[in-house]
Amino acid sequence: MRQEWYEFKPGSWTTDINVRSFIQHNYTPYEGDDSFLVGPTKRTTELWDEVSELMKEETKKGIIDAETKKPSTITAFGPGYLNKEKEVIVGFQTDKPLKRGIMPNGGIRVVRKALESYGYTLDKTTEDIYVNSRKTHNDGVFDAYTEAMRKARHSGIITGLPDAYGRGRIIGDYRRVALYGVDRLIEDRLEQKKLLERPTLGSPDIRLREELSEQIKALKQLKEMAASYGYDISQPAKNSFEATQWTYFAYLGAIKEQDGAAMSLGRVSTFLDIYYERDLKNGKITEEEIQELMDQFVMKLRMVRFLRTPEYNDLFSGDPTWVTESIGGMGVDGRTLVTKSSFRVLHTLYNLGPAPEPNLTVLWSNQLPEGFKKFCAKVSVDTSSIQYENDDIMREVWGDDYGIACCVSAMRIGKQMQFFGARANLAKALLYAINGGKDEKSGEQVGPMFAPVTSEYLDYDEVITKFDQVMDWLSELYINTLNVIHYMHDKYNYERLQMALHDVDILRTEACGIAGLSVVADSLSAIKHAKVKVIRNEEGLAVDYEIEGDYPAFGNNDERVDQIAIEVTERFMNKLRKVKTYRNAKQTLSILTITSNVVYGKKTGSTPDGRKAGDPFAPGANPMHGRDKNGAIASMASVAKLPYKHAEDGISYTFSIVPKALGKNEEERIINLTGLLDGYFNSNGHHINVNVFDRETLLDAMDHPEKYPQLTIRVSGYAVNFVKLNREQQLDVIHRTFHER
Amino acid sequence: MSRIGRIHSLESFGTVDGPGIRFVVFMQGCPLRCQFCHNPDTWEVDKGDEYTPEQLATEILKYKSYMDFSGGGVTFTGGEPLLQAEFILEVCKILKQKGISIAIDTSGFVWNSWVQEVLEYTDLVMLDIKNFDPNSYKIITGVSLNPTLKFLDYLRDKGINTWVRYVLIPGLTDNLDNVKELSAYLDNYPNVSKIELLGFHKMGEYKWKELGLEYKLTDTKEPSAESLQEVKEILESNGKIVSVNS
Repeated sequence: MRQEWYEFKPGSWTTDINVRSFIQHNYTPYEGDDSFLVGPTKRTTELWDEVSELMKEETKKGIIDAETKKPSTITAFGPGYLNKEKEVIVGFQTDKPLKRGIMPNGGIRVVRKALESYGYTLDKTTEDIYVNSRKTHNDGVFDAYTEAMRKARHSGIITGLPDAYGRGRIIGDYRRVALYGVDRLIEDRLEQKKLLERPTLGSPDIRLREELSEQIKALKQLKEMAASYGYDISQPAKNSFEATQWTYFAYLGAIKEQDGAAMSLGRVSTFLDIYYERDLKNGKITEEEIQELMDQFVMKLRMVRFLRTPEYNDLFSGDPTWVTESIGGMGVDGRTLVTKSSFRVLHTLYNLGPAPEPNLTVLWSNQLPEGFKKFCAKVSVDTSSIQYENDDIMREVWGDDYGIACCVSAMRIGKQMQFFGARANLAKALLYAINGGKDEKSGEQVGPMFAPVTSEYLDYDEVITKFDQVMDWLSELYINTLNVIHYMHDKYNYERLQMALHDVDILRTEACGIAGLSVVADSLSAIKHAKVKVIRNEEGLAVDYEIEGDYPAFGNNDERVDQIAIEVTERFMNKLRKVKTYRNAKQTLSILTITSNVVYGKKTGSTPDGRKAGDPFAPGANPMHGRDKNGAIASMASVAKLPYKHAEDGISYTFSIVPKALGKNEEERIINLTGLLDGYFNSNGHHINVNVFDRETLLDAMDHPEKYPQLTIRVSGYAVNFVKLNREQQLDVIHRTFHER
Repeated sequence: MSRIGRIHSLESFGTVDGPGIRFVVFMQGCPLRCQFCHNPDTWEVDKGDEYTPEQLATEILKYKSYMDFSGGGVTFTGGEPLLQAEFILEVCKILKQKGISIAIDTSGFVWNSWVQEVLEYTDLVMLDIKNFDPNSYKIITGVSLNPTLKFLDYLRDKGINTWVRYVLIPGLTDNLDNVKELSAYLDNYPNVSKIELLGFHKMGEYKWKELGLEYKLTDTKEPSAESLQEVKEILESNGKIVSVNS
C-alpha cells in the first residue's frame, strides 16, 4: 500500500483503478441528524462577501471580463486568485475570477457573436486561424448535414442540438486524481495503449489510439496547471485538504478546456468524507475546518462561468452550468451512502445562502436514514435549491456509483458517457401528422409528403396511424442527425481530459429527448374523448382547433389519458431503438425540456388540446398548467406512471407549492414533504424539483430584483436565479400550477 | 345496490385537515349557512359529481402509500359530510378493510343512525364549534348550537378522538368571555385532544359573488396576530393543546 493510503482498507482499488471499491471499503455511513453541522469560518464569510460583490457587478454588466485572443486550454492561463489569503481552495478557469474564456473548437461563430454581444471583439488572428486553418466542430457538422436535417432544425421539430457548441453531459471521474495521483493514471493509459498494438488496425482502433494519446497529453497538462498553483498532483492526495483540492483541480482542468452545456461534477461528497473521517479520527482536523473546505470548494463551483450568447441564455434562463453533484443514495449492499459530508455539502446553502449552482441533487430512497430525509426536506422548504431523483429505480439499472449529468441523466461514473441529443418536439410532430408533413406555421413540406387529415372532426384512429408514420420518419432523422453531430464532436472537439478520467471501454448512450408530451397526451385524449373540430386556413392547412365537450387531461391520475402518455413514450422509444447509432451507442430518452418549453411553445402552432399557437408547453413531463384539478399528488401520480425503462435518460417533474399548503408550521412541512417524496418515489416517480415559495414573493421579485439576489427556484432539472430570468420566463413560472389549497 | 354520493371536489394533497398527508373529499350539501363560509359552492345538495362508494374508495386508495409514509389518511369535509352519512358509511367500510385512517370534519348538526355508524369507523372527528353563545351561533350559522353539543357528548361517551375547530372572526366570535366559557366547557371533554384556532380569511369571498349571494363580511378584517395569541392563551388555560392556523 502507498503511504498516502495509510489506515485505508485495501481492496481491488489498490491494484486497479476503481474508486467505487475504495468507497465501499472505507466510507462511514451516517444515520444521525444535522446537529453536528457548524457555520462558516470568518474567512469563508469574508471571501464570500467579495464573491457576492463581484457577482452583483456581473449581473449589472452581463459579464465581468472576457478573453478575446487566447483559446482556453488546461494550461492557457497562469494561476488566478481572488484573495490569496482567504482562499483555501484555489483555481480559476482563466487568470481572473468570473472572467470568461473562449473555446472555439466547438464553433468560432458562436464565440465571435457572444463576445460582440457583450461589447468585446474577437482577435483577428484568432478568428483567421479558426476560419481558415483549424476546422471546428460546427463546420464539420454543417459539412455533413443533409437537407432534411437542416429543414428539421430550422422548423424546430428538432432543436437545441449541440452542433455549434460543446455537447457536455460527460462526467470525468475527478475523484481518480485525488485517489491515485496523475502519474498512476498516465501509466494506466500507456499500458492500455500498448494493448492496442494489434496486427491489423481498423479505424476504430486508430481512433482510440489517437484518443489515448490525447488523454495522456491532457493528464500531463493537468499536472502542469496544478503546479502553477504550487501543488504536485502527480501523487495521491495525503489528507483532507489535498483530496478536496486535487478533485477540484481535475474538474477545473475539464472546465478550462470544455464549455459543454452541462459540466457536472459527479458524486464526490461521500468520497471526500473518507479523507475527512480519517483526519478527524487522528485529530488532524476539526469540524470547522472540514466545513470550511466544503464551503470554499462549493464557492469555487458557484463561480464556474462560460461565454454564452444572449440567445443561449434566453433558452436556458440565465447562465446555467449544471455543476451537478449527486448526494446520498443507498449501496447495493443495503448500507446507506449518506455520510456526514452529504449533510455538509447541503449545509453550504445556509453557510453561503441559497444558489442555483452547484446543482445539488439528492438520490432519494425510501431506505435513506430518517435524519437525512428530514434535513433534506428542511433545506428544500428553506431554500428551494434541491432536486430529488429516485435512487431505488436508478440503482437497479446503473449500480451504486452513478452520478447525474445535467438534470436527470444518470451515468456510471468513469464507465459511461452520453452523446447529448437535446430533444424532438413531439407536439409539432402530431401537427405534422394532421397536416401531411407540412409545418403548421410556415406551410413548408418538412416531413415526408403524405395525405393530410381532411375531415371536419379529427378521428382518433386516423390521427394515431398518421402520427405513427411521422414518428417513424422523425426517429430516423433524429438519430442520424445525432450521429453526424457526435462523429464531428469526437473529431474536432474531443473531451480529452474528461475521457482520460474514464475507463477505456465504456458504455455510450445516444441520449434523445422529447418535448411536449403532456400536450400530445391531452391532444390525443381530446380527440378520443371529446370532439375536436379542425379550423383550416385558405391553403387548407389545419391551424386551429375547437373542442366540444370535456376530456380527461394528463395530471389527474386518470388512466384514460395517462395510458396515452405512456404509450406515446414507449412507441417513440422503440422507434429510436431501431436506428443504428454512431459508436454503437445505446439509445435512451429523456422527458425534459430544461426551460425551453417556452421557446418550443413559441415555435409550435395551436394544438388539439386547446393550447393556442405560441403558448408555452409544460416543462419536462409536467401536466399542462391549470388542467390538473385534483391537487398535487394526483398530478405527480400521473407523471410517476411514465416508464423509466423507456426513458432512461430521465423524466423531469417540477413541483411548486406555497408554504401554507405544505403544512401549518415548519415541523409539519418537513413531515409532509418527506411523506410526499417517499410516496412519489415509491410509486416509481423518477425526478422532482421542489419549490416552496409564495406567488407574492415572485411577483415582488419581478418588480424589485435588487431585494432578491439569491432567490433560487427549481425549473426543469436545475435551478436558476429567479431575477436573472427574462420577463416571459418569469411569468411562465408564475402561471405554472402552484398548489395552494 | 349502492347509494350514490354527491361530491364537490377532491384534493389529493391535503395538509391542513388532519395529521399527515390527507386525501380530502369535499362533499356536496350543507344545512348550515355560515356567514364566513369559504365554500358556499358546496351548500346546494343537488349539485356536484356523482360517485358510487366503490368509485370513491378506488380513487382514495390510489393514494394509500402517501398516507402511509406521512401518517395521514382521508378526510371527509364539505359541505357537511354527514348529510350523506349513508354513503360515507359504505366508503368507510371499504377503506377500513385497507387500513386507511379516517377523519370527519363536521359541524355536528346532523344526527341519525347512519351518523352513529359512521362514527364507529372514524379515527378523528374535527368538530367545528362556530360560536359558543347559542344566540350568536344561530345568527352566524342559521341553525341551533344544541345538536353540536349533544354530538360532542356522544363523542366523549364513545371515547372518539376529537379536535375542536374554532374560527376567530373579529366582531363575530372574538367575545373573550364567550371564549372563556368554551374553554372551561371543553375541560370536561378528555376526548378533545386538540383545539385548532383558525384565523378568519376572505379567500372564499369571490365564490359568494359568483353564486350571486350577498357576502356580509366584506368589511370584516382578518384577526390580528395579537388577537389570535390572546384567544389561544385563553383556550390553553385549561390545559388543552391549541394550534393556530392564520
